[in-house]
Amino acid sequence: MNKIDTRVLDDRVDRDAMAQEWRRGYEAQVSSDKVVRNRSGLEIRPLYWPEAGTDPEFDQKLGFPGSGPMTRGIYPSMHRGRTWTQRQLIGLGRPEDFNGRIKKILKSGGSALSIIPCNSVYRGIDADEVEPELLGTCGTIINTVQDMDICLADIPIGEISIGLNDPNPFTMLAQLLVVAEARGVSWDRITGTSNQSDYISHFVANHMFYRLSLTGARRVQLDAIEWLAENVPNWNPLSVVGQHTQQAGATPAQAMGLTLASAIQYAEDCKARGLDPNRFLERFTFFFDVSISFFEEVAKFRAGRRIWARLVEERFGATNPRAKRFKFHAQTSGVDLTRQQPLNNIARVAVQAMAGILGGLQSLHTDGYDEVFTTPTEGPAKVAIATQNILKHEAGLCDVIDPLGGSYYVETLTDQMEAEILAVIKEIDDQGGMFKAVESGFVQRAIGDSAAHFQEAVDTGAQIIVGVNAYQDEGDGTAHPAIDRPDPAWIQKQIDSLAAYKKTRDQARVDAALEVLRRAACSESDNTYGALVDATRAGATQGEIIAVLRDELGFGRPLVVV
Amino acid sequence: MALTATIPARVLVTKIGLDGHDRGSRIVAAYLRDAGMEVIYTEPWQKIESVVALALQEDVDVIGISSLATDHLLVPKLMKALDGAGLGHIRVIVGGIVPDDEEAVLLKSGVSRVFHPGADRADIVDVVARLARDAGANRPDG
Repeated sequence: MNKIDTRVLDDRVDRDAMAQEWRRGYEAQVSSDKVVRNRSGLEIRPLYWPEAGTDPEFDQKLGFPGSGPMTRGIYPSMHRGRTWTQRQLIGLGRPEDFNGRIKKILKSGGSALSIIPCNSVYRGIDADEVEPELLGTCGTIINTVQDMDICLADIPIGEISIGLNDPNPFTMLAQLLVVAEARGVSWDRITGTSNQSDYISHFVANHMFYRLSLTGARRVQLDAIEWLAENVPNWNPLSVVGQHTQQAGATPAQAMGLTLASAIQYAEDCKARGLDPNRFLERFTFFFDVSISFFEEVAKFRAGRRIWARLVEERFGATNPRAKRFKFHAQTSGVDLTRQQPLNNIARVAVQAMAGILGGLQSLHTDGYDEVFTTPTEGPAKVAIATQNILKHEAGLCDVIDPLGGSYYVETLTDQMEAEILAVIKEIDDQGGMFKAVESGFVQRAIGDSAAHFQEAVDTGAQIIVGVNAYQDEGDGTAHPAIDRPDPAWIQKQIDSLAAYKKTRDQARVDAALEVLRRAACSESDNTYGALVDATRAGATQGEIIAVLRDELGFGRPLVVV
Repeated sequence: MALTATIPARVLVTKIGLDGHDRGSRIVAAYLRDAGMEVIYTEPWQKIESVVALALQEDVDVIGISSLATDHLLVPKLMKALDGAGLGHIRVIVGGIVPDDEEAVLLKSGVSRVFHPGADRADIVDVVARLARDAGANRPDG
């Protein structure tokens, strides 16, 4: 495949050779390629490309999916071979509630699981230290290995990809590893991703996930990447996030540029640690917002994919073709959803999802139409999954790889977005990299300006939002769903269960393990993550572990307020 | 007392509980600032006691609480705490994701107004200006 990347191919033989190479890769991925026909009976090929001898720019800029510039997709077969993963993010109440809901989702077509912990967990606080009204409303209360075990009851954890919304220092992953150990599942069978592992993004926008200081998080991040590569080789320790910045107001081009600049920062940090780019880069994954600006989003993803493939090789010298794959999860944008006429949000989510799918995503979360009122309740969550199934099975979106490729508009826009994104990366490089650009508030100010600019367009009516500043309809006839607040008595049981857990554990063992963790944090040559897993196994709660690390490595706060 | 009209409204814009989503609170703070009000803005995750202390120290007329992740059910506690500190004249508004049934709970606890996504800029500014005048008229020190 590498040979093709660098050759200048403009004659008939080479274009055809490239197509044959692609075809071989495609067939290897698609076990039984049955003929696909549309409703008129016409045969639909998996991929379309310009005839050999035409369009000399094609080979350089687009090429075939799975190799070369990667613009058209990171795998030869893309969604025609294997559709995207339906990864609905859920989390609510107690671990028992999560377990019940995830089993239903897996039954209704979900193909991976994703755990969202309670906001108290995001802040690194245990259930016994928070006002009870705040518990279990947006995510599941998971403080201990026992809680994680209940979340995953009857789930074959070695056979399903697991997404953990688990910010630095990755206490949920430690709990998962200890559960696996207890169930006799070896760590090399654990697959999935540490979502919300991009600590830099937490200092830029959203402010949900602070646990450690910026420099403390940097240290633990590298410890975890290094330790996991040795001990949990199929786990993706890093998901670089463009979602927070775009939700906070960055334009799609800005969000993509900032995300790639963050990925560059992480890669440079890993390299400085002496890690091998050919190994760590193939474990990098990405997570983006997908807005309703349909063609702009498609172009954003195509341009990002092309830049990443080039960057990996040119900037980091990686030759591993897997490292060039820009694997990403996307979530439909909640910011686009409206409280007015809320059923309209179903249409918005469908369009956003289409943009992500045609942009070549690997995994997708579709928002419930009630996200503008509450964390999705069960009915709207089902509609969100059905939306994915409709796009997959009824709309024929999986039939053809990169179906918009070759459109004059989409290709021009992809080139323009690429130039915008590269300009953002350059700007961040000039600031000394993403870490410094965030420390100084440069990035936060740029995003704030974009948010204000968009809001002004809405306020003046330059940007029409149906039901909000145009086409208003007072009696929209739609009942606003009520929030699913957990029953206080049920939450109290969780607090009691934590107290019981603390009472029955071997306190001396916990204290000793936390002391080892403290010493590891104080010594630059020790690896904090191995010590953190040991402390989790010994029975320490996430709150206790994070408290120790905060003592030694500092507590995170927003760096720029206004 | 003729001076009162020229003293700009003082507004504290903040977030309580665990939520950190601050795009909305920043935009609203900028709206009020640009309308000529004195805006005191804090980082998220304030404790109720800190909000009360800051409101007293900064002598504010209105407190705006932004809530996007269910934390607004703490607001009735804030209302009680303000009363307890002799700051019952301060008007409180809430903005963000608040379901209808819980809006009723907030209004009952003394919140003056709940703004939802899509709220109109001019409406926000007018309401806050009016509430600031109400607060001024109801101050214990006259």
